[in-house]
Amino acid sequence: MNLQQSTLLGLYAVLELAKADGGQLSAAAIAEKFGVSINHLAKVLRTLVRAGFLQAVRGAGGGYRFCGNTKRNTLMDVIELFEPVSIEGFEDRNLVHGTDVEAGLALALVEITEMMQATLRSITLGTMLKIMERKKNLGL
Amino acid sequence: MSSKNAQVSYGIRKAKESDLPAIMTFDERSNKGSNPRYWQEMFARYGDEESKQLFLVCEEGPEIVGFIIGEVRDWEFGSHPCGWIFALGVRPDVRLGGIATQLYDAMCDFFKTAGVTKVRTMVYRKNHDFHSFFRSQGMMAGPFVQLERDL
Repeated sequence: MNLQQSTLLGLYAVLELAKADGGQLSAAAIAEKFGVSINHLAKVLRTLVRAGFLQAVRGAGGGYRFCGNTKRNTLMDVIELFEPVSIEGFEDRNLVHGTDVEAGLALALVEITEMMQATLRSITLGTMLKIMERKKNLGL
Repeated sequence: MSSKNAQVSYGIRKAKESDLPAIMTFDERSNKGSNPRYWQEMFARYGDEESKQLFLVCEEGPEIVGFIIGEVRDWEFGSHPCGWIFALGVRPDVRLGGIATQLYDAMCDFFKTAGVTKVRTMVYRKNHDFHSFFRSQGMMAGPFVQLERDL
């Protein structure tokens, strides 16, 4: 699965700020950490603020703070803000000519998409923080 | 086994036959057409003192608020012996209070004592709550894929 750059940035930003446990980080600090342009990141952050994952803190020393729910919000919730991961309309898009080849392939592709959706919906941001902590403790 | 969570005291112990009616009131499968006979059979199979099977309940005072059933399975599908969790339930009004985690931990302790180093389960793909719970316990997709077809 290849996620678009904006999606990845959204995940990076949300997880970095969720990890900060209520603390705030500037867009510049996040951009520098992940080696991305601050302009591109700024658009992503605005999307995350509108969706209620982040809160923009104004003024000197301002930045962004996580305000979502790490026990409830999943990777899918963030990804869907930036790109579709859905099988809705799948048949319309993939059974254009009504052939047996298209129908067979559609079955396989729906299975893959459903598995991917189930995985992304089952991993909460809290679970991701635990995975990150475990990897860190293992020195990975 | 007992613990304190959010000022509520829970106890975890082996299931008794008299626990079954309470379990049936909140087991999701019971609501979808399972029946008392199913649970009697489950208790007969997993509620005894076998060293490879365990049926636990969680109680808050006199009330049963959760259950878990698991067993050690040997060399299934060529796999090394491992622990399987195949039923878990928590009464809806006390969910998100750490009960499932305590039951899960108790079951994992049992598996470790039984000498296995891996725990597995199977979750309906669209049951996001169960899927998320097991993920939150550190479980990841394993090396096996479940396959099926209509007959």
